[in-house]
Amino acid sequence: MKRFALAGNPNCGKTTLFNNLTGSTAHVGNWPGVTVDKKTGTYKKCAEPVEIVDLPGIYSLSPYTPEEVIARNYVLDEKPDCIINIVDATNLERNLYLTTQVLEIDVPVVIALNMMDEVEKLGNKIDEKLLEERLGVPVIKISALKETGLDELMKRAYSASQKPRVGATVLESSALSHLIGDVKIALKGQGVQNPLFHAIKLVENDSIETEMHKETLPMIEEFKATFEDDVFGDDFEALVADARYKYISKYFAPVLTKKQEKFSMTKSDKIDRVLTHKVWGIPIFLVILFLVFHLTFSEDLLYLGAAGVFDKEVVAYSTVTGEEISEEDFASGAVYLDEDGNEVEAVFYGDEFVELAPVPYAYDKEGNKITAFYDAEGNELTVLADDEGELLDLYDAEGNKYETFYNADGYECTLALNEEGEFEDVEFVSEIDAFCSEITVNTFFGYEESVYSPGVILFNALDTFTGLLSACMSEAMASAPAWASGLVVDGILGGLFSVLSFLPQILLLFLFFSILEDSGYMARVAFILDRIFRRFGLSGRAFMPMIMGFGCSIPAMANTRTLADEKERTATIRVIPFFSCSAKLPILTAIAGGIVQFFGVGNADLNTYAMYLLGIVVAIAAVILMRSTTMKGEVPPFIMELPTYHLPQFKALMIHLFDKAKHFIKKAFTIILASTIVIWFISHFSWNWQYLEDSEMNLSILAGLGGLLQPIFTPLGFGSQLGEYGWIFVVAAVTGLIAKENVIATFGTLAACISAGFAANEALGGVDSVVQMINATGITIPALIAFIAFNMTTIPCFAAVATAKAELPNAKSFKMTLLFWVATSYIVSTVIYLIGSWWWTAFIVAAVVAAAIAFIVLYNKKDAKNKLKVA
Amino acid sequence: MERTLDSFEIGDVGVVKRVTGEGKIKRRLFDMGITPGAEIKMRKRAPLGDPIEVTVRGYELTLRKAEAACVTMEVEG
Repeated sequence: MKRFALAGNPNCGKTTLFNNLTGSTAHVGNWPGVTVDKKTGTYKKCAEPVEIVDLPGIYSLSPYTPEEVIARNYVLDEKPDCIINIVDATNLERNLYLTTQVLEIDVPVVIALNMMDEVEKLGNKIDEKLLEERLGVPVIKISALKETGLDELMKRAYSASQKPRVGATVLESSALSHLIGDVKIALKGQGVQNPLFHAIKLVENDSIETEMHKETLPMIEEFKATFEDDVFGDDFEALVADARYKYISKYFAPVLTKKQEKFSMTKSDKIDRVLTHKVWGIPIFLVILFLVFHLTFSEDLLYLGAAGVFDKEVVAYSTVTGEEISEEDFASGAVYLDEDGNEVEAVFYGDEFVELAPVPYAYDKEGNKITAFYDAEGNELTVLADDEGELLDLYDAEGNKYETFYNADGYECTLALNEEGEFEDVEFVSEIDAFCSEITVNTFFGYEESVYSPGVILFNALDTFTGLLSACMSEAMASAPAWASGLVVDGILGGLFSVLSFLPQILLLFLFFSILEDSGYMARVAFILDRIFRRFGLSGRAFMPMIMGFGCSIPAMANTRTLADEKERTATIRVIPFFSCSAKLPILTAIAGGIVQFFGVGNADLNTYAMYLLGIVVAIAAVILMRSTTMKGEVPPFIMELPTYHLPQFKALMIHLFDKAKHFIKKAFTIILASTIVIWFISHFSWNWQYLEDSEMNLSILAGLGGLLQPIFTPLGFGSQLGEYGWIFVVAAVTGLIAKENVIATFGTLAACISAGFAANEALGGVDSVVQMINATGITIPALIAFIAFNMTTIPCFAAVATAKAELPNAKSFKMTLLFWVATSYIVSTVIYLIGSWWWTAFIVAAVVAAAIAFIVLYNKKDAKNKLKVA
Repeated sequence: MERTLDSFEIGDVGVVKRVTGEGKIKRRLFDMGITPGAEIKMRKRAPLGDPIEVTVRGYELTLRKAEAACVTMEVEG
């Protein structure tokens, strides 16, 4: 099968052409050793099928970027049968610069003059016959977008591939031609292939070539010594580049005849004036960013619910006088009559009226209706009721669930439930000393009406579907041994579904960011933000992946491919998990809520917010540290094309999205699934291979291992000092590796193991489980915060780890990254615990940090001096 | 008159005279079309003052001031 390679500048329409030539046969892989997409596919309309290889978009064949090296090596080593060089006709000069280099290789070349429709729309003309004559290779006008000229292009390429071509150079007419000719003859004598290409690169002092042809160098230096230019002296790289552009301006640029030039702003210019505006540029960017996240994660689209769009004027009637009372006069917990005369209660969330809900009720043995419930001390219990106002669960203020309660007359009662756990009756247990109390308020956990964002709708749809599948499977395996159905339903399906449940939102984030990338806006974001990020040793491009981390680390890490510098990319991938993702939010809210409820300290929202900030601070500190030590390197140059804005192509977006989904699902079914099963296994089997129910997880291998590891976490505040149940925190952190929501879910499961009768109440978002844990272990506030910080900065979920592995340049850097996460989380949590427990340790920490900074700064100075000396 | 590109005000036009700077940056500038003789027009500054955007060889290019300082321009007047 013949192989054609597509080569061209970034943004020249190469991907569109590739998609249209190969259709469904396209396959995305990686170029060996680097994280640059390698796309291959088949074109079937020639005399024989042709394999099409999409080379990375490049501006030149210089040795400085990985993309350029890939393209160069491919063309030289793999020897495609033909190179199709795509040239953006709207940007002829710069595009032809690469062409002049490609033509120097001994390979058939055809030029695809793309975006001809755009050129003609502007009223301009290109004389392709003249261009063909001057270039010496076929030139075909096409429009990749409108799919015109593609068959003609392939026909010409196919016939060009039939006969070999010898490289030619535009430098022939420059002052360098003799020098290049001499070197070429010398190389030819050595039997070097592509002598012209290598000769020119050698003259340019190209680092790859000088490395490859060491023995020829002295001779070339001799040749060069005889050459001196008035303008450039002996700067051969400059000489060559200059000669190329001069030739292009002189011979190629004239093929374009421009319509009478008059100053007019193009559409792209107008858009750009707004989007990169001096004052509005940054606010507009922030709004776009907010919208992306809002559309993906919000449960109250455009805040319509909060704005009261769905609010109805609510009216109730007084139970005493029967007169009408309207919403603004409602009192929290007060009982009214609704239109049908049923008793309803005004439910408030904070100061905000939520709804009128049926009053939860029960009946005692004498048939008296009970609507307020008390524990043995006479404290009011919180009631959760279903839609009909029937009693479901009872909780005290700390979130403990109660089976037994007292009615207002002091009679002890229990709830009689049927097999489905539904309320049937209140059983009278005993009569104790009566304590009378007024009927007081109970709380109801209600939600405001709202519209979900597309992301949440998709998430819920998938969740319902996978829930149904799990239920069917569990039904089907009802007669199988408990361990087998546990393995299939909880271990395999549960693990798989918990990872796949993110897929809709991950893809949606991908889609939004692809739109921003393809439209040309992402390049402007880099332009706007470069100034800020340069301080941290990163370019403006690094901002997008980092901020995406707040949504999900997986698309964020994959997006680092837009970063040119490998060290910058590695540093960015490492800190992405510190931008707390949506799955880590339950950890923050549950523990922050637990702290407020148990210790009465702080405010849950503020605590959560502070933890987000902590993540960002750690990320910034880590980047600065890495960029001044292990990931050192000058700030990558920022010399970048700002492509014209254009509407993203639906087809290209879908192809991209489909690739990402395929990759993610493949990973979910392999490495992630395997890891999940291992964790399920060690949490559901005891050391003597006995299967354990969820409620016996405290006897599991994982619990045992947790106990062993417990002492390691002592400096972090959740180790040995917590005594008997301290391992719970370790175990929760480990199950969090499957998906971070599992941390709090594990608390719930384990709370049920260690305190009989406890069952986590979903509506409380895990706060009750955390309170239970605090009760059982006596963990302190600093230790709880250290635990949050640990989960935020340690190894992310398996899906993110797998993505990091794919995106990092090699296995060593992947191992170092894992180590980096473990070390960072350990150090950060330890510092939090120490300072939180003993404030004066802040001085010691500050001293250590200062010493470390001083050491690094001094070391770098010395290092720089040494380098200067060497140079 | 000779000036470096980073000192350009919005709307200024000039012709590249020489390009200096460290190898990688210089090569990148060349590859992007900033070679002696090329006409450059200063388009705008980023909201925070740096980097800048210029038109060269018919397309938009952005570069930092530090990199623009490597480009010596010939301007009229």
